[in-house]
Amino acid sequence: MNGKRREVLKAGGSAGVLALAAVAGLVKTGEALAQQWNKAAFDTKSVADTVKALGGSGSSPSGAIEITAPDIAENGAVVPVAVESKLPRTQAIAILIEKNPNTLSAEFEIPAGTDPFVSTRVKMAETSNVYALVIADGKYFHAVKEIKVTIGGCGG
Amino acid sequence: MADPMRIRANMTGDKVEVKVLMAHEMETGLRKDASGNPIPAHFIRNVTVTHGGKTVLSAQWGTSVSRNPFLHFRFKGGKPGEKVTIAWLDNKGEKRADEAVIAGG
Repeated sequence: MNGKRREVLKAGGSAGVLALAAVAGLVKTGEALAQQWNKAAFDTKSVADTVKALGGSGSSPSGAIEITAPDIAENGAVVPVAVESKLPRTQAIAILIEKNPNTLSAEFEIPAGTDPFVSTRVKMAETSNVYALVIADGKYFHAVKEIKVTIGGCGG
Repeated sequence: MADPMRIRANMTGDKVEVKVLMAHEMETGLRKDASGNPIPAHFIRNVTVTHGGKTVLSAQWGTSVSRNPFLHFRFKGGKPGEKVTIAWLDNKGEKRADEAVIAGG
């Protein structure tokens, strides 16, 4: 059974690399990907890799991004997180949870006319830094907030 | 077929405030059942919100969005009586679309 698990992991890994190559070639900035799903980005296991999979080379800290979330979440299965960007021409907002099995939780494309604000609920496996990644005018910015988790929300 | 979404779309000033509660298990694929077998992942991957033929929000989600997902956002250009449509698509190809009428502020 363990052997099977390894195979699955390997297969998943190589598919991820292929998808990553496709993304690097095709997606210049935060262009809308209607009904497509960026598998490479959702497979990443670090903040830096997620930024790359979303088409950036890195991101700069910004005081113009506000994360509204509790300091301590009693239940990691339901952690309310809201992100508001005051950066001009905000195109996309992503929520990244550093210590989850997969870093990227959600990515929102913000068309002109929609407020650069989203609020949702996420699962957190353990206490972690939560990053709000914002793509604005083709550039990548982030804010960080640590959320302490009393009971993890990803295990059995 | 998944249960209907619960949608509230209200005018606040010149913006439409949209709050949605979707019914979905959002299974991560990392959990095991009582006999130790992995429970396959089952989660919403794409969410699209449209108003008057225009997309006002599109999202891609992973497995770490909470069970029965909640979404809240605001957009300009809507009026009371007009419709907002929300559609999701999950990793098994199941989908659901619901609409709500924008209520006055």
